[in-house]
Amino acid sequence: MGRLSAAAAVVVLLGAWELYARVGGIEELVLPAPSAIGAALWTDRGLLATNFLVTATEIAGGVALALVLGGTLAVALHVSRPLRGALYPLLVASQAIPIVILAPLLVIWLGFGVLPKLAIIALICFFPVVVTTLDGLRAVDPDQRKLLRTMDASRTALLRFVELPAAAPAALSGARIAVAVAVVGAVFAEYAGSSEGLGHLMLQAVPQLDTPRAWAAVVVLAAFAVALFTALGALERRLTHNAGGSP
Amino acid sequence: MGASYRGGVLTRAVRPTDGRSRASLEDGDVALRGVGRVFTTGRGRRAKPIEALAGLTLRVHPGEVVAVVGPSGCGKTTLLELVCGLQAPDAGAVAAAPAVLMPQRDLLLPWMDALDNAGLARRVSGASREQARAAARPLFAAFGLGGFEDQRPAALSGGMRQRVAFLRTLLAGKPVLCLDEPFGALDALTRAEMQAWLAGALATEPRTTLLVTHDVEEALLLADRVAVLSPRPGRVVAELEVPAPRPRRATDPALVALREQAMEALWAG
Ligand SMILES: Nc1ncnc2c1ncn2[C@@H]1O[C@H](COP(=O)(O)OP(=O)(O)OP(=O)(O)O)[C@@H](O)[C@H]1O
Ligand SMILES: [Mg+2]
Repeated sequence: MGRLSAAAAVVVLLGAWELYARVGGIEELVLPAPSAIGAALWTDRGLLATNFLVTATEIAGGVALALVLGGTLAVALHVSRPLRGALYPLLVASQAIPIVILAPLLVIWLGFGVLPKLAIIALICFFPVVVTTLDGLRAVDPDQRKLLRTMDASRTALLRFVELPAAAPAALSGARIAVAVAVVGAVFAEYAGSSEGLGHLMLQAVPQLDTPRAWAAVVVLAAFAVALFTALGALERRLTHNAGGSP
Repeated sequence: MGASYRGGVLTRAVRPTDGRSRASLEDGDVALRGVGRVFTTGRGRRAKPIEALAGLTLRVHPGEVVAVVGPSGCGKTTLLELVCGLQAPDAGAVAAAPAVLMPQRDLLLPWMDALDNAGLARRVSGASREQARAAARPLFAAFGLGGFEDQRPAALSGGMRQRVAFLRTLLAGKPVLCLDEPFGALDALTRAEMQAWLAGALATEPRTTLLVTHDVEEALLLADRVAVLSPRPGRVVAELEVPAPRPRRATDPALVALREQAMEALWAG
């Protein structure tokens, strides 16, 4: 039922768009019709696939990096109150720096390869991962901590057996929040300096007046964002499903 | 009553110098003398002291099961946390052999199966997963949990979860068990079943046990002695020996008489 209505919404949207593009007097250069984008998806499929692999690797790698680094920082902030006091405001402030400003700097530091892209995507996902993981770590029941203390558990044991497993789904939900923005970040990163990837393809397509191809790349990216979002959600549910049920 | 003890020294003496009491502590001795505990709620000018315990004196001898009954909020959980060393008294002295807590809720880890949950204390103290599971496995068979080893807590009934939580407490290997209303959340039928189960478990695995409950009948069914606490601030207002042989029945006339006595002490506060 939900799926059916979602499909219906997409069909209506596409229909209206097609109509607007054809009779609305808008140039194809500005907004191609869905049919033109569909055609581009088909004719450029080889090109799109090769560049998709590049961008998908960057995004997946960046998200994974953010999970590892963000998770680690969250643990450090969790166990050390002074560190939390010192770094948390800084972390929040760092989020106010637009990625567009950072991208060229990262290219200078890290070159034109995959590294600056990983860095940008990781930077985007990092903050939500730290925040949700930290919340997850802190949400452990105080009575649970007491129980472990009467078992003579060390700080490390408490982390390993209770806090980390409890916070894992929270870390994933942080990454999930960031995924859509990470896709845009990947495009930015490729704009800033790259010879491959879907962002690069878009950058090339626009001056070549091949707007349908640029839009085809957008469609692929959007689909990837949805897929990644769903996959992270499924993984998170798997972890919490195991955790579910008991009060 | 507690005034004479107020300001007394805190001796969370797990390793006292006196040889005799050391031996008894290792056997599982618990001694609270004139214990007071005050919490502060609010901050600054609105700070208000809440006296949870005042002048509480209680002794649990090695191997003895002592039930603590008292009205809600009279400091029963606080008492157990003092014995477990999770809190320090503000007055009086607490001397106790190493004690492990079974909290009011089962707090089983939802991502571990029942056997892993039961062996948690072993893993926490450095044993491998296999060692911990091997230590827990025979207890599962012996205490009616055979076949449930690989179940996650979510798949277990309330009674089953409580059994696993109790085995987890046992496997901590401490001489003293502090059970905080272990069956408080169960329905009456399961509760009765679990009381019989716990009586059996303590008969085969005897430990010094402090059992907190607000069910007088449960206390009389399980304990060698029942300590009745006053309303907050809690102190012991009556101690009743329960000489009845085991297994016990709630309808035993001796228990019925004791129940009357305990209820009177509770009402009188
Ligand atoms: N950490 C705390 N901070 C402030 N007040 C507390 C704290 N712990 C307990 N208290 C107060 O001390 C009193 C005794 O609490 P405690 O939990 O020991 O009672 P209890 O007998 O276990 O109650 P219940 O039957 O509801 O489990 C209560 O009034 C409670 O509000
Ligand atoms: Mg309590």
